Amino acid sequence: MTFDEGQGYAVLATLAAPLAAALVILFIPGSQKMAIRLVSAVFGAVMLGLSIYLFVAYQSGADSEVIQMTLRWTWVENVSFLGEEGITLYLAMDGITALMVLLTGIVSFSAALTAWKLDYRPKEFFILYWILVTGVYGTFFSFDLFFLFFFYELAVVPLYLLIGMWGSTRKEYGALKLTLMLVGGSVGIWIAIFGIVDAAGLGTFDMVQLAEAGQNGTISRNTQILLFPFAVVGFGVLAAMWPFHTWSPDGHMSAPTAVSMVPAGVLMKLGAFGIIRVGIQILPAGAEFWMPVVLVLGVIGALYGAIGALTQRDFKLVSGYSSVSHMGYVLIGLATLSYIGVTGAVLQMFSHGVMTALVFLLIGALYDQTHSRDINAYGGIAKVMPLWVIAYVIAGLANVGLPGLSGFTAEFHIFVGAFQTYPIVGGLAILAAALAAAYMLRMFAIVFFGPFNPRWKDLKDVTPLEAFSGALLIGSVVIMGVWWAPFIDRLAPTITALPGVTG
Amino acid sequence: MRDYTMFIPEYIAAGSALLVLAVELARPGIGKDKIAYLTFLGAVVWGVSGLFYLGNTPGNFMDILRTDDFTTYFRLLAAAIVAVTALLSAQYMQHRTKTAGEYYGLLLTAGVGMVLMAASRELLTAYISLELLSFSLYVLVGFHKRDKLSSEASLKYVLLGAFSSAMFLYGISLIYGATGTTYYEGIANVLAGRSSDTDLGVIVGIMLIIAGVGFKVSAIPFHMWAPDAYEGAPMPITAFLSTASKAAGFALILRLFTGAFAVDPTEWRVVIAVIAAATMTGGNLLAIQQTNLKRLIAYSSIGQVGYMLVVVAAIGYGTAEVGQAASSALLLHIIGYVAATLALFAALIAVYNRTGDDTIRGLRGLSERSPFLAMVIACCLFSFAGLPFFAGFTTKLFMFQASTSSALLWLVGLAVLNSFISLYYYLMIMRQMYLYDAAPNSKLKMNPLLGTVAGLLLIGVLFIGIFPGPAFEAVDGAAEALFEVSAIAVTGGE
Repeated sequence: MTFDEGQGYAVLATLAAPLAAALVILFIPGSQKMAIRLVSAVFGAVMLGLSIYLFVAYQSGADSEVIQMTLRWTWVENVSFLGEEGITLYLAMDGITALMVLLTGIVSFSAALTAWKLDYRPKEFFILYWILVTGVYGTFFSFDLFFLFFFYELAVVPLYLLIGMWGSTRKEYGALKLTLMLVGGSVGIWIAIFGIVDAAGLGTFDMVQLAEAGQNGTISRNTQILLFPFAVVGFGVLAAMWPFHTWSPDGHMSAPTAVSMVPAGVLMKLGAFGIIRVGIQILPAGAEFWMPVVLVLGVIGALYGAIGALTQRDFKLVSGYSSVSHMGYVLIGLATLSYIGVTGAVLQMFSHGVMTALVFLLIGALYDQTHSRDINAYGGIAKVMPLWVIAYVIAGLANVGLPGLSGFTAEFHIFVGAFQTYPIVGGLAILAAALAAAYMLRMFAIVFFGPFNPRWKDLKDVTPLEAFSGALLIGSVVIMGVWWAPFIDRLAPTITALPGVTG
Repeated sequence: MRDYTMFIPEYIAAGSALLVLAVELARPGIGKDKIAYLTFLGAVVWGVSGLFYLGNTPGNFMDILRTDDFTTYFRLLAAAIVAVTALLSAQYMQHRTKTAGEYYGLLLTAGVGMVLMAASRELLTAYISLELLSFSLYVLVGFHKRDKLSSEASLKYVLLGAFSSAMFLYGISLIYGATGTTYYEGIANVLAGRSSDTDLGVIVGIMLIIAGVGFKVSAIPFHMWAPDAYEGAPMPITAFLSTASKAAGFALILRLFTGAFAVDPTEWRVVIAVIAAATMTGGNLLAIQQTNLKRLIAYSSIGQVGYMLVVVAAIGYGTAEVGQAASSALLLHIIGYVAATLALFAALIAVYNRTGDDTIRGLRGLSERSPFLAMVIACCLFSFAGLPFFAGFTTKLFMFQASTSSALLWLVGLAVLNSFISLYYYLMIMRQMYLYDAAPNSKLKMNPLLGTVAGLLLIGVLFIGIFPGPAFEAVDGAAEALFEVSAIAVTGGE
């Protein structure tokens, strides 16, 4: 057991908090709905506090360590095929984790608040919800391949029941499709893990040691080229990589609001995160070989998602497709394997997380009143729901990449990175951004400012609770748009240290 | 040396079998559930007495039977399975039979057969132990004499069982003809010392023996009996079939393939790998189409056997080190699998005792009718599918990781793909339980005994999933004992 200035315990506490929430709720009778909601809100706030603390405490100086706040507990060692420190609960943070943890804290808290009004079996809902959040935190913190995958699966599985029991619109279909596609993706990840651990021959799942083995050639170049596609397709499904994106629109359409917020806001980032952790860090030679293919898939995803969003009439489908498009940018950024491109990709993961969560929160607020998500059924609702419209416009403009909002910061980095290495791709990516403007403005025009549809004259504006969680998300969008230094400072040492990433 | 103290625990088990018979004869009016509790008690004493053998110097009965940690592992497992099965039967069999003594007595003898299979290091002894288990099961499967389905199942099981025994015996005779011995060590020595290519008779003999034990563990293409037997048998016996019978099969396989045939893996490893691939794929694909729960579990457990056979293939392809690592992971996996299967059956029997419905649709809305049972069933299915927090995730990952080598990556990949396929039909059951509403006023009152058993087993499943260290270290000792006398370890592999 080794500790790093005691801050490892903060990491453990952050991971344990959602699990504790689930356990506490397990022992509250299902009829005590208010108590369940309060417990969830309090735990959510604690997690947000811890996440902010971790983000701030992560040191970003030029000479600071990449991996900080380490906590290691030996789990199984010296047995069967496992050697010394075979599997350890190795929790720590690097710069990418710092951003992702902050994102998780913000999104999971505001989603928990959004689920406040849920009335159908809230006990089961919140238990599953906090298990899912445990999985998300755990994946981000894990530096042990076994636990990375353990938590990754843990984050995916509750979705079946969350969507199947509390969803709407073809929920069974959406839930089954989403679960099968995501768990199907895990097949690739399992195979990659078996291959990596076997080829490294160290008898350990420690990712730092495995990354070393990947870089110094213990895992041969051919093996890396063989295994990389398994890992990237596996994680790519969750990152909505074209052509494995089809769960995303259907799943989001069926999911209840709070659940849409978390998969779109955080879960999809797990996929991209996995590509960095396993694809780039452990299999650098494979990454070098395959990244052009990932780049092409990213570009197709970005364009395809944007065009898809342009043609949809359902609010959630528009956002579902635009998520595909934005995750396409993330893949483009990663595939450049350049410092600025990868930085942009991670920034985009954060930015897309908060703004998509905001979008789904707002859609949920509207849908709860009207039970219609058909864009054409609305018109001129800026008159009755001004706050709602303002928030949506902010989210939409961040989506488009308006300077001053988070989307701009991220996309700018990605475009610069893409132009440096692949100019044509850079051009196509900007085309996708232009399409984003088209689908967003189209929606604004029809829904917010078109001729007022008197059917909606009784609509109420956002509730205080929704306003509060919305403000939290808008705050993050704006802060990252105007003051991105804290984000980039924390990323710099980590991304410079990534193997194969050029200045 | 003839050491008769090696099998004191089995004397206790066999004695308990006679005792339950005698008790029923002496007092025919006794409540049938009391006999179940007596059996439970006997099995517990059996298991506890087995604990004294842990870590002892291995006992050796004229090179025929060996009681080392490997045997002790299966001894404890057999005692545990018999104990739990007795509890599962208590309410189920209470009014379904007048001759409970025979039922519980046979359960105990079947358990003894299982231990002897794990201890045998000689082909004929292995065969007789196998038959001891099989004959007990033939009767148990057909125990509902007046139920056509049960009788049909038993008949099928007996006929196909006899057929497979014949193949097994023919295989033994061929091996004996070629090597002049039936002792594992002797066979390994003759095979290692041969001057030319392996005798064709030995290869055919090995194949016939594979067919014989393949039948026992219901590997495809020797699985035909399993779904019918599972469906027709009394439900606790279905649980026993899918746990004890399979575990015993693997005990015999491990002894045999790390012993007698270990020096010559090139002759059989491809066959085992192909059977493993066919078994897991076939089992899972056939499971998708089932509407009866017992048949679904039959096919799903066939799929599980496929995963376990991957380890046997790995023993063939790897060095002694790989084989031992893979075997110890398999032993861990078996514990998790047995615990999850028994917990699942405890919950299913609790439902069945109330509803009398063993179709998948019968579970409709169970999450409202009995949230606890629904949770147990869901957790067990998730464990089978290999989802985290449950034993299935951890043990399957260990087992496949230990078996991985560049030559077998394809098989391991296929195994993972199969556990994904299995998730589909497990989700279909989940859907019935959680996504559909129950009929009004259909709340189930759960039998507290079955509920407790299910709950305790579920805790075991979670314990192995979250904290596998202690169990893994214990089974590692058993695998070490297995490889101490393994021919690969002696000759250094390949």
